[in-house]
Amino acid sequence: MPVLYASLLTLFLILIPGIGIGLFNMKALFGIVVLYGAFLIFISGVIYRVIIWAKSPVPFSIPTVCGQAKSLPWIRQNKIESPHTSWGVIKRMLLEVLFFRSLLRNEKGRLKTGGRLLFYRNLLLWFGGVLFHWSLFIIIIRHLRLFLEPVPSFVEFIYGLDGLFELFTPPLLITDLLILLGIIYLFFRRLFDPQTRYISISTDYFPLMLIFAIVITGLLIRHVQKVDIMGIKAFLIGLFSFNPSLPKESNTIFYIHLFLVATLLSYLPFSKLIHMAGVFFSPTRNLKNSSRMERHINPWDYPVLVHTYEEWEDEFRAAMKDVGLPVEKEN
Amino acid sequence: MVYDKGKVITGLVVFLIILLSPLWYNALSGKVEPSLKLSMPKEEKSCIEERMFMRSNHMDLLIKWRDDAVRKGIRTYKGLDGKVYRISLTGTCLSCHIDKAGFCDRCHGYSGVKTPKCWDCHNIPKEEGSKV
Repeated sequence: MPVLYASLLTLFLILIPGIGIGLFNMKALFGIVVLYGAFLIFISGVIYRVIIWAKSPVPFSIPTVCGQAKSLPWIRQNKIESPHTSWGVIKRMLLEVLFFRSLLRNEKGRLKTGGRLLFYRNLLLWFGGVLFHWSLFIIIIRHLRLFLEPVPSFVEFIYGLDGLFELFTPPLLITDLLILLGIIYLFFRRLFDPQTRYISISTDYFPLMLIFAIVITGLLIRHVQKVDIMGIKAFLIGLFSFNPSLPKESNTIFYIHLFLVATLLSYLPFSKLIHMAGVFFSPTRNLKNSSRMERHINPWDYPVLVHTYEEWEDEFRAAMKDVGLPVEKEN
Repeated sequence: MVYDKGKVITGLVVFLIILLSPLWYNALSGKVEPSLKLSMPKEEKSCIEERMFMRSNHMDLLIKWRDDAVRKGIRTYKGLDGKVYRISLTGTCLSCHIDKAGFCDRCHGYSGVKTPKCWDCHNIPKEEGSKV
């Protein structure tokens, strides 16, 4: 059922610009209004989510580490897994954000004959994640050639590297294939792994399908129904200089591509996809493992009124002595 | 109350700078032209196919021409108006589009597409040592 809902929603999203452009030619709506709206929602949504996280206090020092903490000088500390300095935290965070290091520890339990439960290292999820995220990153970088004038040399370099195989004209880009591979793996992992399937809901499938549709429409306008890149770049630069003009392009697939990207942008801040910003706010990752060196102050702490035994005895000493109760201090 | 105000604001500013890069990059470079001016042939008014087709699909046509001429030995192509053209980059295409830098390179540079392999074998007209 979750898969059905997600696919219906994706189809519906494809149909909106399909009908809007294909039948009614609403270029101003899908080429300008929707894009500005989505961009505005994206920026303000991300800022909104980030500020909410920044306002949430972290009461306890809870880094999740899996290595030896800083201890006595003759015990070797695991500096990457269990950092006690800010610099160490930055290193651990970078490795996590760039290479998904924690996924390397992914293990899968299997019940062997005789009731033995064995755990196997399973790197497939890590590999699928790397394929997907890195391809997406490179795809975004090389899209900059349609936004920046003159095209920066690193964008040109990456774009050239991506089309290294020179298969077809224009060359088929490697990351387009790799991201499809990544999405297909991540999608079928949810479907075929019973435990993962059990916890997967429609909002787990939907982003994968949405990005899949974006990649497919992108491939179509690059290789099948080719579009006029000059016109599109002029149109995109116009949008970013607040001087929008109606795109001259009449290819419906191009507008579907744009609309799906706009959907992704406006959906991102309010969905699981905001892990893009959220990863930096995970207290289990962004805190130092230094709870034995520095005191972590709970921001909720407020002065509590206490009445210690000493104060209590001072108050009632005379009465206690009268009835013969033992006292700690005589006066 | 916002915790780690400095770090959060730095992060947000970096995010916005990257996200809005088209805005400041294009403004700073000042190289954006309202419309891309190509050096077009003066005598001819139409290419062998429609203008929009040539804009988005010229690479397919060139590849087809290469395959036809080099691999199949076909040397003629029937164009838009039924006119028959001789399949030759140097003899047909470049006879009108004589200015590579002002024609090919303009769009290819604009869209960050390195000029493909045409010039590995073909002469660039007007260039020194060129036979055209």
